[in-house]
Amino acid sequence: MTVLAVPRRARRLGWHVACVALLALLLYPIVWLLGTSFKPPEEVTSSLSLLPENWEWSNYTDALAGIGGTSFWRFLTNSVVVAGGAVIGNVISCSLAAFAFARLRFRLSGPLFGFMIATIMLPHHVVIIPQYAIFQQMGMVDTFWPLILPKFLATDAFFVFLIVQFMRGIPGELDEAARIDGCGPIRTFWYVMLPLIRPALITTTIFTFIWTWNDFFSQLLYLNSPENYTLPLALRLFIDQTGTSQYGPMFAMSVLTLVPIGLFFLAFQRFLVEGVSTSGLKG
Amino acid sequence: MVVATPVRSASPAGGAERPVRRRRPGGGIAYLFLSPWIAGALLLTIGPMVASLYLSFTDYDLFSSPSWVGLENYRRMFTEDGRFLTSVWVTLKYVLIAVPLKLALALAVALLLNRRGTRRGQGLYRSAFYAPSLLGASVSIALVWRTLFGDGAAFERGLAALGWETGGWVGQPQYALFTLIFLAAWQFGAPMVIFLAGLKQIPSDLYDAVAVDGAGRWQTFRTITLPMLSPVIFFNLVLETIHAFQAFTPAYVVSGGRGGPSDATLFYTLYLYQRGFTDFRMGYASAMAWVLLIAIAIVTAVIFRSARLWVFYTDDKGKS
Repeated sequence: MTVLAVPRRARRLGWHVACVALLALLLYPIVWLLGTSFKPPEEVTSSLSLLPENWEWSNYTDALAGIGGTSFWRFLTNSVVVAGGAVIGNVISCSLAAFAFARLRFRLSGPLFGFMIATIMLPHHVVIIPQYAIFQQMGMVDTFWPLILPKFLATDAFFVFLIVQFMRGIPGELDEAARIDGCGPIRTFWYVMLPLIRPALITTTIFTFIWTWNDFFSQLLYLNSPENYTLPLALRLFIDQTGTSQYGPMFAMSVLTLVPIGLFFLAFQRFLVEGVSTSGLKG
Repeated sequence: MVVATPVRSASPAGGAERPVRRRRPGGGIAYLFLSPWIAGALLLTIGPMVASLYLSFTDYDLFSSPSWVGLENYRRMFTEDGRFLTSVWVTLKYVLIAVPLKLALALAVALLLNRRGTRRGQGLYRSAFYAPSLLGASVSIALVWRTLFGDGAAFERGLAALGWETGGWVGQPQYALFTLIFLAAWQFGAPMVIFLAGLKQIPSDLYDAVAVDGAGRWQTFRTITLPMLSPVIFFNLVLETIHAFQAFTPAYVVSGGRGGPSDATLFYTLYLYQRGFTDFRMGYASAMAWVLLIAIAIVTAVIFRSARLWVFYTDDKGKS
């Protein structure tokens, strides 16, 4: 140890202290949510302590019982179906479109690509009313179709762009070799490209899942009856019907709603952070 | 955002002779791959855009056919509808405060994490700071905010202990919007990760050079870090601004769907939703959507224009 090592170590310690302090401030609302989900109603607003004095486990059984005759498991299943459908739709349709833009030659490729980029910037609100009218005409309001079908039509252009960018990093010699071996574009896509773009597909999967899981606006528009509600809508219903008296179960349900996102985050945090830094994805 | 057109091969299109080996295949098969996207673009983007432009000049309640009213919706918006003007003002305040605050925090924390020589734990902190960006968009966290900043909750009591009686921010018109601004700023993780990636691209010999010249910390930041990072700042600014204009969920949840108290959190999108889907004034809501589109386009164009003055591109950008 040199003499210089001591101040450097002190400085490093100071850095860690700053980071941990910031982290504590940042995670406070989440820890508060966890603690409150175990508190009896009178403690929610009266006690400032993060941990409950009396642990109220029944908050969770109340949350699982659901609201208005519809159980939590139903809401969970609905959310899983919607998010799962969205993931499958986005992965298929966006990778197909991306392959055409990145690897195939066709006359309109320039203008179409430009249009695709422009739709990333387009506020959803400009198309939402006619879209709603279309789905209403087709009798699809209050079903999951309006939430899943658009994903099979690659309307999340952001992911098309993300996969195009990823494909551009893959050497063209690979698909050329496949072509010389007699592969057409379809087989090249399936056997050569798909295995290589797996990281981009994983990023697409994770973000589509989390965004759909958290999505409130479109689910609020299209789902009307409680048995079709997803978790965000169920949470809102919970406040509307029980007011403030049911704080404990409401926060227990909030925790349960965040669990899948938390698990995704823990499992894929490397992918998530790298996906953001390379492509500018929004959280 | 890196906008680039697909690379074309050099050979002229539509030649009669057999394609050369290096030419990429395409033609009909490309449209097969694109067919889902094309169907989506026609049915769910272009068609609806044309329709909503038309509807914006009509009275339309979704159930009877639309009746043409010309510019009436637009006229009423700007001259008669006080709530519309309120929602514009609320949204502008939100964008103008939340976006700079969030970006400043993101940059500050990115600089903190990027300190050289203190690499251990960096990845862990980076992931942990990013977590709120994923959770923050959810109804669950909006509910937490609604309660934390409500009357009698931790935040209000903390302020009261410091001698500032507010009676809970959620219920007070002069403070309610700041609840939502805090929620936006709390999600600084996504731009922070992008800033970090940008900071890592700055060549370290630049820092060595100014260190030799004896530059202090602030001078180094101002002459090296800030200009070198300006393309990333620009990117984050555009992205966050567009995003902030469209905020909906937090305002809806925190105000119980009403945009209250006294319309203090009546975001533009929230008012659009009310007009369209609770009042069934679909023509009016369509007109509002077009005003939003034009406003975002103008703001984005202004940011792009201003970029010439402050965004600094090195010639060999992208070489690293």
